[in-house]
Amino acid sequence: MATSMMTSGFPNTEMFSDEFSRPDWLKSEVETGTTIMAVQFDGGVVIGADSRTTTGAYIANRVTDKLTKVTDRIYCCRSGSAADTQAIADIVNYHLNFFEMDTGEEPKVKIAANIFRDLCYNYRDSLMAGIIVAGWDKTEGGQVFTVPLGGMLTRMPFATGGSGSTYIYGYVDSNFKEGMKKEECLKFVANGLSLAMSRDGSSGGVVRLACITKDGVERFVLTGKRNTAIL
Amino acid sequence: RNKLLEQKGIKAPTAYKTGTTICGVIYKDGVILGADTRATEDTIVADKNCSKIHYISSNIYCCGAGTAADTEMTTQMISSQLELHRLNTGRIPRVCTANRLLKQFLFRYHGYISAALVLGGVDSTGPHLYSVYPHGSTDKLPYVTMGSGSLAAMSVFEDGYKPDMEKEDAMRLVRNAIAAGIFNDLGSGSNVDLCVITKDKVEYLRPFDEANLKGQRQGSYRYKKGTTAVLKKEVKKIPIEVVKTQVRSEQAMDTA
Repeated sequence: MATSMMTSGFPNTEMFSDEFSRPDWLKSEVETGTTIMAVQFDGGVVIGADSRTTTGAYIANRVTDKLTKVTDRIYCCRSGSAADTQAIADIVNYHLNFFEMDTGEEPKVKIAANIFRDLCYNYRDSLMAGIIVAGWDKTEGGQVFTVPLGGMLTRMPFATGGSGSTYIYGYVDSNFKEGMKKEECLKFVANGLSLAMSRDGSSGGVVRLACITKDGVERFVLTGKRNTAIL
Repeated sequence: RNKLLEQKGIKAPTAYKTGTTICGVIYKDGVILGADTRATEDTIVADKNCSKIHYISSNIYCCGAGTAADTEMTTQMISSQLELHRLNTGRIPRVCTANRLLKQFLFRYHGYISAALVLGGVDSTGPHLYSVYPHGSTDKLPYVTMGSGSLAAMSVFEDGYKPDMEKEDAMRLVRNAIAAGIFNDLGSGSNVDLCVITKDKVEYLRPFDEANLKGQRQGSYRYKKGTTAVLKKEVKKIPIEVVKTQVRSEQAMDTA
């Protein structure tokens, strides 16, 4: 499926002729190895991600927040190159701020997803970004859109992405049910992420969850000690 | 000329890199940045005491790893942009502003500008610490390390870091982290520089710890006078012509 991600490094600077003495952090780009997930339910969405960013085999940040806010009720889950996805999310945030000022109301999730798609498709040759856009708006309620590597845009009831997603296709396909409630969705996402993190070397750290509804955003962090800390 | 040399098989000199261990930590009252002082050209030490903690603004400093020219120029550029911004807004610049300027600049160059930075400072919203990678991604964390010695330094941090440390403890932790890089990484060496940034002042301690002093020579290897016997002495006068010229300019130096 188009959402599968490999953590192979992006083509690198070939400035230095000596390969052996160049450290890892110069050779590879910073990747969000990743497992990301989003599920829609009646009243909102639940999104989740792991917290590991790698440069080659070194973990550059073990407590990354890959659930990035683009508006108050629209978040994106980032996977792929850290630099590319951070830059894209900043640009989309910029566009949506103007949109909100122009129209006077909060932008719809579909619009945010389309801006992501425009960037990811038009610059597809120079970007490596797999993004899941999810949020709540008052016309359609909770929505999940996926924008994988080539810049496709499609709405789905639930989406997974990142290198770790390949390990949980079986789990999500057999355990997803239509019409789940918020608590069931939280368990579904948390379980899926934990399973992926235990099998994928590029995913790990803590499980970050967020629940977006008309009342706002509730964030959770799940550590290995099975504690739920509300951020 | 360079082509001729290359044809002969002589390799061009590589860019002057700061092999490096740099790190930063947030403690109770602010931020402490640390760096080693070795700059390498391949396997030779080009500068034994270079300064890797760069000034960005009076309350923000930045450690740089990667290509020395890239880190120097990038930090200077962002420093001047930030100064203009400060004059425009009339406010003390924020660390997040410097972070944005750096990440947007580096992203535009797709990683070709090899600058990996540890940016730290204290502004009106408190102390902040960022790590900035050459491709333009940034992480905001309570403790960061970068450079070839980052793994050695990070192991010290992971063991010793506690939130809200006292200044002395934090300084010792940073010094130990850099020392781990200096002694265990070939690309880092010489002294430890520290920069302590708080709300009221900045202490730029260079050097903080001279971990590698040059050893004293144990004995003299000079030959005593008379080791080589003198056979003949001849004194000749060398005729010298002394020419005096006065340099006088038409006008006084114009500094307008």
